[in-house]
Amino acid sequence: MKNNLKLHINGRDHEINVDPGTPLLYVLRNELKLNGPKFGCGLQQCGACMVLIDGEARPSCRMPVGTVLKSKITTLKGLIGNDGALHPVQKAFVKEQAAQCGYCLNGMVISSVALLEKNKNPSDIEIRQELAINICRCGVHSRVIKAVKTAAQDL
Amino acid sequence: MENTRRQFIKKIGSVSIAFAIAEPVYVIGQYFSVEAPENKLNKEEINSWLEVLENGRVRIFTGKLELGQGIRTAIMQMAAEELDTSLDLIEVHMAETGVTPDEGFTAASRSIETSAMSVRQAAASAREIILKIAAKKWELPASELNLKDGRVTGQNKEAYLHEILEGKQIDGAVDSSVAVKGKTVRKYVGQPIPRKDIETMVRGDQIFVQDLRFPGMLHARVVHPPSYTSKIVSVNAAEIEELPSLVKMVRKDSFIGVLAEKEYEAISLAQQVKSLVSWDAPSALPDQNELKSYLKSLPVEEKVQENRGNAESVLATSEHKLEASFFKPYLMHAANGPSCAVAFFENDMLQIWSHCQGAYPLRRTIAKLMEMPEDSVNVKAVPGSGCFGHNGANDVATEAALLAREYPGRHIRLQWSRDDENRWEPFGTAMIADLQASLNADGKIAAWKCDVWSDGHSNRPNENPNTLLPSFFLEKDYGHPGIGYRGGAWRNAAPYYTIPNLKVDSHMFQGPLRISSLRSLGTYTNIFAIESFMDELAEKAGKDPFQFRLEHSEDPRAIECIMKLQPKVEGLKLKNNEGLGIAFSRYKNATSYCAMAAKVHVNRANGKVRVEKLWAVVEAGETINPDGLKNQVEGGMIQSASWALLEEVKFGSTHITSLDWATYPILRFPDTPEVEVEIIDRVEEPAVGAGEASMAPTTAAIANAVYKACGVRIRSLPITKELLKS
Repeated sequence: MKNNLKLHINGRDHEINVDPGTPLLYVLRNELKLNGPKFGCGLQQCGACMVLIDGEARPSCRMPVGTVLKSKITTLKGLIGNDGALHPVQKAFVKEQAAQCGYCLNGMVISSVALLEKNKNPSDIEIRQELAINICRCGVHSRVIKAVKTAAQDL
Repeated sequence: MENTRRQFIKKIGSVSIAFAIAEPVYVIGQYFSVEAPENKLNKEEINSWLEVLENGRVRIFTGKLELGQGIRTAIMQMAAEELDTSLDLIEVHMAETGVTPDEGFTAASRSIETSAMSVRQAAASAREIILKIAAKKWELPASELNLKDGRVTGQNKEAYLHEILEGKQIDGAVDSSVAVKGKTVRKYVGQPIPRKDIETMVRGDQIFVQDLRFPGMLHARVVHPPSYTSKIVSVNAAEIEELPSLVKMVRKDSFIGVLAEKEYEAISLAQQVKSLVSWDAPSALPDQNELKSYLKSLPVEEKVQENRGNAESVLATSEHKLEASFFKPYLMHAANGPSCAVAFFENDMLQIWSHCQGAYPLRRTIAKLMEMPEDSVNVKAVPGSGCFGHNGANDVATEAALLAREYPGRHIRLQWSRDDENRWEPFGTAMIADLQASLNADGKIAAWKCDVWSDGHSNRPNENPNTLLPSFFLEKDYGHPGIGYRGGAWRNAAPYYTIPNLKVDSHMFQGPLRISSLRSLGTYTNIFAIESFMDELAEKAGKDPFQFRLEHSEDPRAIECIMKLQPKVEGLKLKNNEGLGIAFSRYKNATSYCAMAAKVHVNRANGKVRVEKLWAVVEAGETINPDGLKNQVEGGMIQSASWALLEEVKFGSTHITSLDWATYPILRFPDTPEVEVEIIDRVEEPAVGAGEASMAPTTAAIANAVYKACGVRIRSLPITKELLKS
């Protein structure tokens, strides 16, 4: 059944009329027109749909929206400053040209932001472990690792 | 719509207004245009490629699509160089029927060789014509005029391009005799110009077909059968019609789909419908454990592909002879994002937004399937998740079109599930390469024989509707489309080495699974076999792998490539259970060169192979964008390592069982190798594509490194723990 739900997304409150069982991914993409989180598998296996839930990188494809009403939800749009400036992680991905098709980029950036929040200077191995959920078919892994390190210096 | 050259184009209000995307970088279909009759866009005409806009801006048209390979940027660099115009003033409009030239498919690493070169010549020709017009207008010699950043200047005159042309477009043919600046000036070409779309992506702006949203758009899901041949026996339509939130169920023969207002409703509906449909006759697939012998037991079409000297008789009498049989399983494209499309049907016109690789071929084939006139179908290619060949893109677009026809006036967005993609995409075929070779008294190759077994390598939409998945579900039979492109099977089957006696025979079968083009086609298997075998032969001859390859190479470009690799790995300290392997290939024996080294660690106890580092030296003639080229080569190295170590499409007796990332694992961050790429830039040579160059040599180098590490020859992929324990 549809309910009026209050969500806190990218620093703003939103009221949305939706079934609380709907996975967060579809609410973000379709109700709020946020393109960051992508549908990749719907099985929490690939990381394409990741968002920050209270600062933690989590897949949104199976997360019922009703379970995150009290959380701060952040997507790629929410990382951008009020002046339009990119977050250092976003900037680093552009600088290192760490993408090919870019479909996985959302998850990569979200995972990297969460990692750098708790570890300001991660090693290669720590980066690899933290991003293990993020599938990339194009093979830009080495550039992503470089981008995370570049971002770590700028943060 | 400003100043467009295509005066015949009118917009259908509902379509163009509905298309609400207004991105600064990616103007996805800002003027999606649908009105027939369409001019045949003539590739000989400059204005098929280039349109002069106001204020110095220029729009380039290409029939190719950005697939993540950076072709948009490469094409911008081409135009910028010839027009000496800042990249900010150049936009690129990609594959759309009726708007861009028909350039077939964005495939086979051909976009640089074809489209980018056409744009280069068209822009150079445009430059000369504009200077001539300005010279006449101002009564000045053309040699005293200068074109820069969309303006022509001379003495005290200055005007934008569109002012010189007085609002008209350039009327004239592409002149192949005009010298291009890209070979000499290289202000933009040859430079590592960053792609602009990466910023669009990190900002979370609209870019993919999955991101398209239209007012009133409905969400669709399809319910696919349990096997390739299953047909619907019964549908509990009464109960389906009662399902809450169902907008419409569409059923045509054994094709069935649902429409809903909300995406998650469509997902739930499809799950419920699945339990209300019964199917018959599952396909009987062969036993996967016996796949290699099964494929060899199939009827084949045999052909001699290459025969020089007298390979068979030399081999028959040779004392120093080796033979080996190599196997590669079915592989999945496995795009990160499952296929998706939007379709809109109204007034007998069909519009499709698709991440297909060929807008025109898809249009022609869908028109046949739907029995519509070709010019009533328009396809606009929009980026999707990286495809690496022919995946479910065309199929989902066709299914969306079938659904849209049953619900006119609303946009229909069909998103495949992971399961849909994995079960139904056309795979890269399994292959077998049987090799025999002999050495002469000097330890050089005297004779070589290759027998390659393969299914076809492309069943792309070819006007036969049976190349589109829904034909599996519809009763009408369009006739067998054939096995597709055979040439992919023996691509690179003849070694690019000096061998006096050589024979290559092809054995084409029709295998049990749906197949089409996968990155590098048969080259992957053939080079894995050849380069593994070269190491075996080198060992038999008592020679170093570098030396043995160089002794059999004549092409100075190949030699330079191999020699540049050598110092990178020479003297490398290897620990216990580590091995270093090398490989080389020239893609298609005609385009880009790639020499590869791999360092691996093998743990035979648990069967784990870790590719620690890969080094590549690549030469693709004239380099257009060194960073773009590097990105492609690096990506190929990591993807190939994944194929080599992990990938194999699994199937049971009725259908595919590799349904997700757990049952079709690919290499993830903790296991991806470090990669290092050096480029040799040969400005004087034609630019060739390199998107597929590193695939085959990477796997071959890994296989050779595994042997060095643990003494097991890899003759079958993927490199499983069973192989290593044997």
